[in-house]
Amino acid sequence: MPGSRYSSALVQTAVGEIQSTERQRRQLPTIAQAKGPQQLPTLESAALQPAKGQSSQAPEQRGGDSQATGQDSARYDLRNIPMSNKTPLYPAHLAAGGKVVDFAGWQLPVHYGSQLEEHHQVRNDAGMFDVSHMCRLHLSGQDSGDFLRHLVANNIDKLTEPGKALYTPMLLPQGGVIDDLIIYRLDNSNYRVVVNAATREKDLAWMFKQAIAFDDVNLALLDDTAMIAVQGPQAREKTLQVLSDTDAVVAAGLDPFFGAVTSDLFIGRTGYTGEDGFEIVTPATGGIAMWDKLLAAGVKPCGLGARDTLRLEAGMCLYGHDLDETSTPLESGIAWTIGWQPQDRDFIGRSALAQQKSTGIPRRLVGLLLEGKGVLRDGQTVQTTAGDGLITSGGFSPTLNRSIALARVPWDCRPGSDCSVLIRKRPQPARVVKFPFVRNGKAV
Amino acid sequence: MSDNPEQLRYTESHEWLRQLDHGIAEVGITDHAQSLLGDIVYVELPEVGSTLTAGTEAVVVESVKAASDAYSPVSGEVIEVNESLNETPEIINQDAFGKGWIYRLKLADSSEIDALLNAAAYTLKAAEDDD
Repeated sequence: MPGSRYSSALVQTAVGEIQSTERQRRQLPTIAQAKGPQQLPTLESAALQPAKGQSSQAPEQRGGDSQATGQDSARYDLRNIPMSNKTPLYPAHLAAGGKVVDFAGWQLPVHYGSQLEEHHQVRNDAGMFDVSHMCRLHLSGQDSGDFLRHLVANNIDKLTEPGKALYTPMLLPQGGVIDDLIIYRLDNSNYRVVVNAATREKDLAWMFKQAIAFDDVNLALLDDTAMIAVQGPQAREKTLQVLSDTDAVVAAGLDPFFGAVTSDLFIGRTGYTGEDGFEIVTPATGGIAMWDKLLAAGVKPCGLGARDTLRLEAGMCLYGHDLDETSTPLESGIAWTIGWQPQDRDFIGRSALAQQKSTGIPRRLVGLLLEGKGVLRDGQTVQTTAGDGLITSGGFSPTLNRSIALARVPWDCRPGSDCSVLIRKRPQPARVVKFPFVRNGKAV
Repeated sequence: MSDNPEQLRYTESHEWLRQLDHGIAEVGITDHAQSLLGDIVYVELPEVGSTLTAGTEAVVVESVKAASDAYSPVSGEVIEVNESLNETPEIINQDAFGKGWIYRLKLADSSEIDALLNAAAYTLKAAEDDD
């Protein structure tokens, strides 16, 4: 880190009237506003409620009723949609002192005291996150493989071994990203799919719409479950201690990016932090017990705040920020998720991607390292010699002790070059780099 | 929330002011404010010699969560800033009313202090925020 306390640009900036006017224009939140949409839970609301029927149900889901096993409460009535859902682990968050906020319609902890400590806990030891808000599906039927070959950009035929997981975008015909998802192949007609909470309804609507063309595809929501991500260099060891003997044998045998169904759990050796660990799906009623056992094994609760800084360091895209319907995977740093082979696989978005590839990809997603002090934030303008870009995810990296970001910039802006980021209208020097920034606890 | 010290004066926007000798005052953000912001990772300090007007932006506090303005409770000229915040901004989280002071200014009009909240009034205001 440079020893200078201020970047030179900041020192040279005139203070007084001009700066004051600038500051009035940039409309930062006041401290009071920064509190966010926090709604403190009442004691009454802390009672454990089953997840079933709590979530808003899109009308499209009714179209899938005949197919969706285990989905007997699909009804669509605005009056029945709660303001904010609670996961089965909600009481555990209150018990652990979690600062609960609304996140994509779910009451979830942003931290339990210190986001920074929770971040370091995951990089150095083991932490756990309630990720029950994410949408879990079981896909079955003779045509489910063909359905996925058409639905998503990555190719499930890369999943040659049972249990192997695939990260893939799901695209619009125009090539924009509807969502990014994880698909675990259990066997040739059974898949587990995890999609984002914020995009749940549109994802389900899209999937059901595409499924109509296939005779035997069943999509079942696994809403009666909780999902805990245990992450960190000690995560596997500590998790294996709390699993039953048979489950522990299964979990211990999982290679990275594999998952397996046990008697009552689904265990995946996956995550969103850049660390080793598991994601465990339990029946909703068993969620608290699993959480408490992990707690007793020394796994610390971590909030969504730390989850975001961990994934940003790990260079993992966040839907709605780094990925959206207006950008293709080629413009989002995830070209590697496009399964071009075999050439005759007609996945949705393929022709648009092929055309963009031949006519020229206009933008790319890059990493940024802020040279001086300050914090890069989403939406800040990036000035490069190739033209302006935009920060899609910015923040403070606790591992690197400096600010980092993902940014979408003109294609000709390459890693290794310098750029400026407008922070409160003042250009601050930054370096364009490849990402990830951190993997398995180490700066890369 | 820790107690808001009796000897300080406060603003509704969560700044505190401590009167020192010779028309000098010390300014920071309250413990309640740091708790709302979360872990603080950067403080953009005012420049020594700059003139601040009561109620205008004086400082930008960046936490892991967001960038927030802190306003000057009174008018005056900045005579000193807390340089230790450059390397260890987290001292605001640890000791908002003490080691986490942000700047000192020479008061332009000491009667402005009379318009600020006392500890009891601020505590009430902060409690309302939590509702």
